[in-house]
Amino acid sequence: MADLTTTCAGITSPNPFWLASAPPTNSGEQVLRAFDAGWGGAVWKTLGQPIQNVSSRFGAIQYRGVGGVGFNNIELITDRPLEANFREIAEVKKRWPKNALVVSLMVESREEWKEIIARSEDAGADGLELNFGCPHGMCERGMGSAVGQEPVVNERITSWAKEFATKPVLVKLTPNVGDIVPHGLAAQKGGADGVSLINTIKSIIGVDLDSLTPRPMVGGRSTNGGYCGAAVRPIALHMVAALARDPRFRLPISGIGGITDWRDALEFLLLGSSSVQVCTEVMLRGYRIVEDMIEGLEGWMDARGFERLDQLVGRSVPAFTEWGELDLNYEIVAKIDADKCIGCQLCMVACHDGAHQCIHPGTELTAAGVRVPVVDEAECVGCNLCQIVCPVQGCITMAQVDNGFAPATWNEHVGHGATLRPKKGSHG
Amino acid sequence: MPALPADRSEAVFADFKPALDDNQARVEAHRCLYCHDAPCIRACPTSIDIPGFIRKIATGNLTGSARTIFESNVLGMSCARVCPVEVLCVGDCVYNHMGVPPIQIGKLQRYATDHAYRQGTRFWQAGPDTGRSVGLVGAGPASLACAHRLRRFGHAVTIYEAREVLGGLNSTGIAPYKMPADRAIEEVDWVRSIGGIEVQTGVNVPTDLGWAELEQRHDALFIGIGLGPDSRLQARGEHLQGIHGAVDWIERMKLGKVDVSKVQTAVVIGGGNTAIDAVRELLGLGVSYVKLLYRGVEAGMPGYAHEWASAKKEGARVVWRVQPLGFEGHGGRVTAVRCMRLDRNKQPIEGSEHTIAADLVLLAIGQGKLGGLVSGLDGVQVEGGRIVADAAGATGRPGVYAGGDCVNGGQEVVNAVAMGRDAAVAIHSFLSAGGR
Ligand SMILES: Cc1cc2nc3c(=O)[nH]c(=O)nc-3n(C[C@H](O)[C@H](O)[C@H](O)COP(=O)(O)OP(=O)(O)OC[C@H]3O[C@@H](n4cnc5c(N)ncnc54)[C@H](O)[C@@H]3O)c2cc1C
Ligand SMILES: Cc1cc2nc3c(=O)[nH]c(=O)nc-3n(C[C@H](O)[C@H](O)[C@H](O)COP(=O)(O)O)c2cc1C
Ligand code: SF4
Repeated sequence: MADLTTTCAGITSPNPFWLASAPPTNSGEQVLRAFDAGWGGAVWKTLGQPIQNVSSRFGAIQYRGVGGVGFNNIELITDRPLEANFREIAEVKKRWPKNALVVSLMVESREEWKEIIARSEDAGADGLELNFGCPHGMCERGMGSAVGQEPVVNERITSWAKEFATKPVLVKLTPNVGDIVPHGLAAQKGGADGVSLINTIKSIIGVDLDSLTPRPMVGGRSTNGGYCGAAVRPIALHMVAALARDPRFRLPISGIGGITDWRDALEFLLLGSSSVQVCTEVMLRGYRIVEDMIEGLEGWMDARGFERLDQLVGRSVPAFTEWGELDLNYEIVAKIDADKCIGCQLCMVACHDGAHQCIHPGTELTAAGVRVPVVDEAECVGCNLCQIVCPVQGCITMAQVDNGFAPATWNEHVGHGATLRPKKGSHG
Repeated sequence: MPALPADRSEAVFADFKPALDDNQARVEAHRCLYCHDAPCIRACPTSIDIPGFIRKIATGNLTGSARTIFESNVLGMSCARVCPVEVLCVGDCVYNHMGVPPIQIGKLQRYATDHAYRQGTRFWQAGPDTGRSVGLVGAGPASLACAHRLRRFGHAVTIYEAREVLGGLNSTGIAPYKMPADRAIEEVDWVRSIGGIEVQTGVNVPTDLGWAELEQRHDALFIGIGLGPDSRLQARGEHLQGIHGAVDWIERMKLGKVDVSKVQTAVVIGGGNTAIDAVRELLGLGVSYVKLLYRGVEAGMPGYAHEWASAKKEGARVVWRVQPLGFEGHGGRVTAVRCMRLDRNKQPIEGSEHTIAADLVLLAIGQGKLGGLVSGLDGVQVEGGRIVADAAGATGRPGVYAGGDCVNGGQEVVNAVAMGRDAAVAIHSFLSAGGR
């Protein structure tokens, strides 16, 4: 059986699944239940000067009948007394010494950082996470993403934290920046032991069409909130991978953003995270989801012959490259399995209106009475759109074509005139 | 165990509820709401974590899904096929309250457990040897579930079974369009693959092996002997050829051959699930005219409405409010059932005697109870033929436990599994506390 033990930024946990700093880690009672359920670690709800929250805090996207595909919130950091938080942190650590317990922090002055770091370590924290990410409320007070968006400030506060801390320091990055790399490098320069990303994305989740107020509504008004949940995963994956592949960046990564199951988590690990954090899916479904995450990851690793987690961390990074390095002569075309086709014609309309007009209506019905569309392979550009809209798994496959052209990238083409195959689907 | 003949009568049946393919399972699994403290779990006698196993199907963790099922119900493969889910888990799916079709839990359970069987995943090993031993009487679902759990605890187990075939009614009684006998037997092998489940077949307790001897050999006993033979009407002409107990006939149909090629009209007497099964089996075997005779009316049938609805669709005929009085024959074979009509209160209507032609009659009016077999065990109480046991399976005699049909009077496979499993936990506590 695969060993899921992981060490991320010097913090070891029995599995890579940590709860992100958020409502699921608000109190000791909750974190104890989460560890009972199997979570390997938890990042405590951000501590700082306790705040006052608004009523009505969350909004969610309903998409094709499924709620919570994207989620946003306008809550701030902890609203509970610091004493209670530290007492509970100590209690949790005593009962679960092997699990990772990281305390998330957000304060302003150097003095405050010094004090809250000392108190966190006294309570037994295995590590500290500096919340430089919150994109609402706290940033208006000069904290959160206001720090994370300024590499100079990020580096300065990180170096303060490193000066005061004896335990590893993770810097939690905000995705509300154009390019994540300078911000990861700033944390590295400040001496951080690792980075966690992403925090939430600045967003308006929607507008209430009765009251004409943006959501979530607070007494007839609203404000921008932090976007998270499944919908943000691609953005998070990219930011994680962008850091992981940058040769200047050498810190361990705790990956966060839109993880709902073991497959999602695996994607973060493969793109360079050595632990992952989950918030929204736990808010929507409960701590219980971790059983499947552990089992699913173990099963996948066993089936693939991976024995330890570090064997797969970052495995997909080398395949992530610049557009100019992609082989322009690599060619695939769509193939429709007539036996599996149910005749919905979704691929046809997608190709006609959204791609290159190379799927056409079938002329005859199959024995099962299905009108199977036909791919004009000579025109198919191999874009994947039809496969994406097909409701039947395994019905449309993208098959490689041997076109006789040697591999050639754009860079090779402009660099030394490598030959490119003729274009398809441009109907010139 | 003797091999089943390939050309046995049940082999002509196809699955009434076919398996889901990958796409169907994916779509259905994603439809599940993943309820917390879900009513479907409460409706399952073995309390399988249904939302949990369905989510694992949705994430592609099929092996984990099967583990979740087997953890609660080691006979989860057959239960997926034979459970009356319409009145159990599926009947309680919250979607019913939304007016949306409920999740097809049985089919998803089959999807996950079939995967595990195909992969050959075993999941559990026997616990470290405790040096204690348990004797189990009967090799039906109750004893099998009990034995598997006892092996996980590390106790030695021996099952004593009167028949040559293992699996109890799961092998000999289940309608073949739900599950053929070979699958039930495959399941027995799978359960036994934990190792150390000794089986002695052809042993009728207490005739061949007395209770005193059993108690001497083992530190605890579990009784899972099920129900007795088909009840008879005790009516004139019942000895004629062509008249059979339904459970007995079903067993022969499943394990061997029954010849119905010359049957023109078959009559099934009864209104319970065995009667409905028999009707559907006769129709499936090609008997064109199959008639159910029942004392009451449709609304009062003890059999499940969904099963009866299927039987009707398949062509079943029925005579309500009728009481068989005896049988008429010719050349030693039955030719007709002599009947009388009943009124609203199930009282005979005078002068209503008539005959209904039949050249095959199956009696599905219940099965006897075997509680009498334990009369040699002081302290074990019997009420109305059922062995009395508490919720944990303990009888009035220390170290003697019982479960399944012989205790509950005849319910479902899944009830027997739950009772066997829970009795194993109680036996384990008993033995751990130094009992006997
Ligand atoms: C026709 C029919 C159809 C059914 N269909 C379904 C269905 O679709 N779904 C469902 O869930 N349930 C169904 N049931 C009910 C289900 O089969 C039983 O509830 C279940 O098998 C009970 O399990 P058990 O272990 O208590 O007893 P059994 O399955 O009856 O097993 C008892 C075993 O003990 C053995 N035995 C008996 N006496 C002795 C003795 N003296 N010494 C040694 N061994 C002995 C028997 O040979 C048998 O193997 C059906 C029952 C019948 C009769
Ligand atoms: C309601 C809510 C409150 C949050 N509070 C915090 C917080 O206090 N500190 C913090 O660092 N991140 C906070 N986050 C961000 C999460 O920790 C996480 O980075 C983000 O939600 C992305 O992960 P997800 O897609 O799994 O939810 C919060 C998120 C939500 C939804
Ligand atoms: S989830 Fe709980 S706290 Fe939030 S609105 Fe509903 S009842 Fe209130």
